Amino acid sequence: MADLRSSSRSRDLDKLLLRPGHLVGPTFEPGAQLRDDLQEYVRILVVGAGGLGCELLKDLALSGFRNLEVIDMDRIEVSNLNRQFLFRLEDVGEPKAEVAAKRVMERVSGVNIVPHFCRIEDKELEFYSEFSIIVLGLDSIEARSYINAVACGFLEYDANDEPLEETMKPMVDGGTEGFKGHARVILPGMTPCFECTIWLFPPQVKFPLCTLAETPRTAAHCIEYAHLIKWDEVHSGKSFDPDNPDHMQWVYLEAAKRAQLFGIPGVTYSLTQGVVKNIIPAIASTNAIISAACALETLKIASGCSKTLSNYLTYNGLEGLHTKVTEFVRDKDCLVCGPGIFMELETSITLKLFIDQLEEHPKLLMSGASVTVRGKNLYMAAPPLLEEMTRSNLAIPLFELMDKSPTGIVHVTGTAGKGDKRQSCLRKLRVAFKANGITDTDMAGGA
Amino acid sequence: MAEPKTKYDRQLRIWGEQGQAALEKASICLLNCGPTGSETLKNLVLGGIGSITVVDGFKVENGDLGNNFMVNESSLGQPKAKCVCGFLQELNDAVKARFIEENPVTLIETNPSFFSQFTLVIATQLVEDSMVKLDRICRDANVMLIFARSYGLSGFVRISVKEHTVIESKPDHFLDDLRLNNPWPELKKFTENIDLDTSDPVVHKHIPYILILVKIAEEWAKNHGGRLPSSREDKKEFKELIKAKMSATDEDNYKEAIDASFKVFASPGISSDLKRILDDTRAEVESNTPDFWVMVAALKEFIANEGGGEAPLDGSIPDMTSSTELYVNLQKLYQAKAEADFLVVEERVRNILKKIGRDPYSISKTVIKSFCKNARKLTVCRYKPIEEEFNSPILPELQKYLTDEEYSVAVGFYILLRAVDRFSANYNAFPGQFDGAMDDDISRLKTTAVSLLGDLGCNGSTLTEDLINEMCRYGAAELHAVAAYIGGVASQEVIKLITRQFVPMSGTFIFNGIDHKSQLLSL
Ligand SMILES: [Zn+2]
Repeated sequence: MADLRSSSRSRDLDKLLLRPGHLVGPTFEPGAQLRDDLQEYVRILVVGAGGLGCELLKDLALSGFRNLEVIDMDRIEVSNLNRQFLFRLEDVGEPKAEVAAKRVMERVSGVNIVPHFCRIEDKELEFYSEFSIIVLGLDSIEARSYINAVACGFLEYDANDEPLEETMKPMVDGGTEGFKGHARVILPGMTPCFECTIWLFPPQVKFPLCTLAETPRTAAHCIEYAHLIKWDEVHSGKSFDPDNPDHMQWVYLEAAKRAQLFGIPGVTYSLTQGVVKNIIPAIASTNAIISAACALETLKIASGCSKTLSNYLTYNGLEGLHTKVTEFVRDKDCLVCGPGIFMELETSITLKLFIDQLEEHPKLLMSGASVTVRGKNLYMAAPPLLEEMTRSNLAIPLFELMDKSPTGIVHVTGTAGKGDKRQSCLRKLRVAFKANGITDTDMAGGA
Repeated sequence: MAEPKTKYDRQLRIWGEQGQAALEKASICLLNCGPTGSETLKNLVLGGIGSITVVDGFKVENGDLGNNFMVNESSLGQPKAKCVCGFLQELNDAVKARFIEENPVTLIETNPSFFSQFTLVIATQLVEDSMVKLDRICRDANVMLIFARSYGLSGFVRISVKEHTVIESKPDHFLDDLRLNNPWPELKKFTENIDLDTSDPVVHKHIPYILILVKIAEEWAKNHGGRLPSSREDKKEFKELIKAKMSATDEDNYKEAIDASFKVFASPGISSDLKRILDDTRAEVESNTPDFWVMVAALKEFIANEGGGEAPLDGSIPDMTSSTELYVNLQKLYQAKAEADFLVVEERVRNILKKIGRDPYSISKTVIKSFCKNARKLTVCRYKPIEEEFNSPILPELQKYLTDEEYSVAVGFYILLRAVDRFSANYNAFPGQFDGAMDDDISRLKTTAVSLLGDLGCNGSTLTEDLINEMCRYGAAELHAVAAYIGGVASQEVIKLITRQFVPMSGTFIFNGIDHKSQLLSL
């Protein structure tokens, strides 16, 4: 057929990006310019190069994006091969991010993918600020929570606590378990962030230690006894490594012995691995569905070529097929995507004193804090080298370190919470400095 | 080659070795290997499907490089089927992959017997006329069939199988079968040795809730003329009775008993879903009745006789606060009852087989055991011929969808996905496929859709201008992300069909890529 378009690589995508439509986003400006801008200026970060990440990189590369980066700290394992289709047997042991990036670039010409083989916490905040959209293909709540806090940290509010749209860093998040999955769009300040709806991810129920020690009933109880109690008793000081097959074998044999003693059926090596490593079953098809939904939403956010998902999609293929869209609402007081915790400070307060205050602040209770302002590290509690480099700042007033600006956003990272619920977290603070000696009038009025 | 157990570990945890064996035995045929078809197969090849045959008559052109990961620059001008097949083979060397360079439409017209060699056919991007013909062929040959299509931001997936029976439906939430309201003699006897008023606090807080509830239910019935709690007051009173037996507030077993007390209130006997299966005419056995239905016939006899109105016990109990000894003994008690029920059903299955002139041992013990264990969860899915749905859909349903806000976009897409095929039959191109004739195409598509609605008996129904416009804008584009979604759904359904585990979707799944309010339409 003598149609010129048929020879264009963007034959199909062009229909969506070049033609006007009625059911589109408010910012949609169809045309070749839009297609070219997506290719040239939009930068997407994919967090995770596992089951979802591999699919996402492929889907995004074939959805008109050319500047992609991917971050993942893991290496390829044999058990990845049933779904992480960019990896081959000979890649086992290689960093996932690097192989995934290479494979997609080999097949889709014109796409550039920069891999980052490291932990997400290893990157500076500035690294994350460079991207237009962050897409999450993760299987851990902690990692989601961290990226969410980073992305929401860029959000600024005006004097009326209204979010400034130009500071908004959109996220698209996917997750799967067996035949089930979810995809969501997070527009910080507009739609609920991960933390606003943290109740969607209830913490894992752990077995009480007395059950493990005294009244085991199931195979899992025997396994956890061997893993959590017996291991430490026998191997004083040597910590258990779930990736060491000898360790796993030991736990399995101990669990089997205990099960036999109590007449409990069902301890197998496979179950031992499942319980100890908390293995989530995973299949290619569900990852494909969820990633595709995420990639499509990413394209819509970037181009406005259609309406966006508002704001949470669940997929369940266990009994028939059920998809559902739920419009969750924001938590206005969210510590992460909200305007931030407001702190009023004396201009004379030193960085050291400020860090001490974080420990006592009732909404924070944060110890060992590192402090960052607009991507600049004022103080880093770790690693030692950075600690030493930033230590001299502790004696300097925060006001001066913030270039004497009367207000500003401060990011603090540290350990927060009470008792055994303590975990590392990142918080946003909105600080305002008292004008010399004079109390803020609003505060006085409220007193 | 990697150790399959390790390679497939994450999926073996879902469908087990039996499910995996079924996949490895299956032979799949894919029609058209654009992104929708390629992505469907990719997910199956990764999971270790037995063999694939890719059928496509086109050569790779530039546009394909923009939406299909299975082809690249070096594929240009080559047969698409060959390139896609080559890439899929790279993903898993355990899979037998072959390709046929031929237009599927021609194959359907000229060589219908070709399809009978497969376990399942995945037909992608076919137009209505070919779908109807292929459906007839596959039904006659008893080959499972699934249709998948991506079209702009819309698409559909539709299973077409005469009948699909599932033993291991593995539902997420299912009320366990503890017989608290109807304990069998051994369970009753077991509870007799339990003293809820024991003075030993350690013993008291380690009595499993099963025993607590059976005992208290017995006591309650004794004081209420033999009946169990039914009214709201009854239930409240019952829970109070449990609470009164608590000797300390930290007794988890009593808390669990209160939470599980609804299991006492549940009405005994079988569910209406199971009843419908028992009453199915297929359970009236003949010499060629499938094994599943032979077992249903035996089950029906069991329930009417030895079962006393109940299905065989499945024999498992959930974890609960308990001493190890009581729990393990209780577990053995339930398993013994399940085994006894199974033996009775097995005997009945063998007798029925003998009666219809078949080898009484042609159904294995393992299969009958699994059938008994899952008796309360049996599922039967039936799909009507696609031609019947196309020509005479269930009118009240269709009208309901057309007027229901929740369904308006999905049913709009359903009608338009059919209208574009009529359009292309008339005008030799899909609406909006080429630039320049957009306005004409929009009004033509509208006319086509209205006349289709009229043919279906929905005179006067219309679709929104916006959606018709949108459909023309798509111009039959096969977008990669949409294809990957549709392909993902199709492959998930294929896995359920082949492993005979979990429940496949019913009706037609309509993908709505605008706001993700996708729907299943039962027409
Ligand atoms: Zn929030």
